Amino acid sequence: MNYALTILLVLFLVAVLIPFYRLAKGPTVFDRLLSVGAIGSKAIALILLIGLLYDRLGMFVDIALAYAILSFIGTVAVAEYFRLKGGEE
Amino acid sequence: MSGILDIVGYGLVVLGLAFMLVGSVGIVRLPDFFARTHAASKVDTVGVSIVVVGVACIEGFSLDGLKVLLAAFFVVMTNPVAAHALARAAALTGLRPWVRPDTADSAREKSDP
Repeated sequence: MNYALTILLVLFLVAVLIPFYRLAKGPTVFDRLLSVGAIGSKAIALILLIGLLYDRLGMFVDIALAYAILSFIGTVAVAEYFRLKGGEE
Repeated sequence: MSGILDIVGYGLVVLGLAFMLVGSVGIVRLPDFFARTHAASKVDTVGVSIVVVGVACIEGFSLDGLKVLLAAFFVVMTNPVAAHALARAAALTGLRPWVRPDTADSAREKSDP
């Protein structure tokens, strides 16, 4: 049973790590912001899955909710900042 | 891992994981920022919400399951808005969408006798 869960977690980790390439290479700053947003939203699913595996979902749900709210507000705030500052290097 | 709800839940988690992998590959592979916003926002939102609903199914009918569903609802509501804010900021700072070189007009020139 946990053999399947380890494969699941490894695949989740791969899904979370792939955008880091775009984070490093992204030509414009908005590509980097996009990949950070993607990593953040994938992390929410990862947090909940880990909470499920540790059987303490009550605590992890609160963490995931707080993380979702902060990630959303952060993304909008940084997007607003770079709208005024302009995306040039 | 008995019970139909668990099987459905783990099935949803695996399906959501497939969406997330496709979204990640899309973020890396697509040619332009505006194309990548499709992969990052739409595919990601669906993937994460399916995984979270799957976790809620596994958790069953309890307060935690309800809060997990609330998290899924929140992600579905806010992820597109965040991606829209990013795309709008990029468009306003003059980032032009990438156009494939062999588009319709150049194809028409090629087809002229």
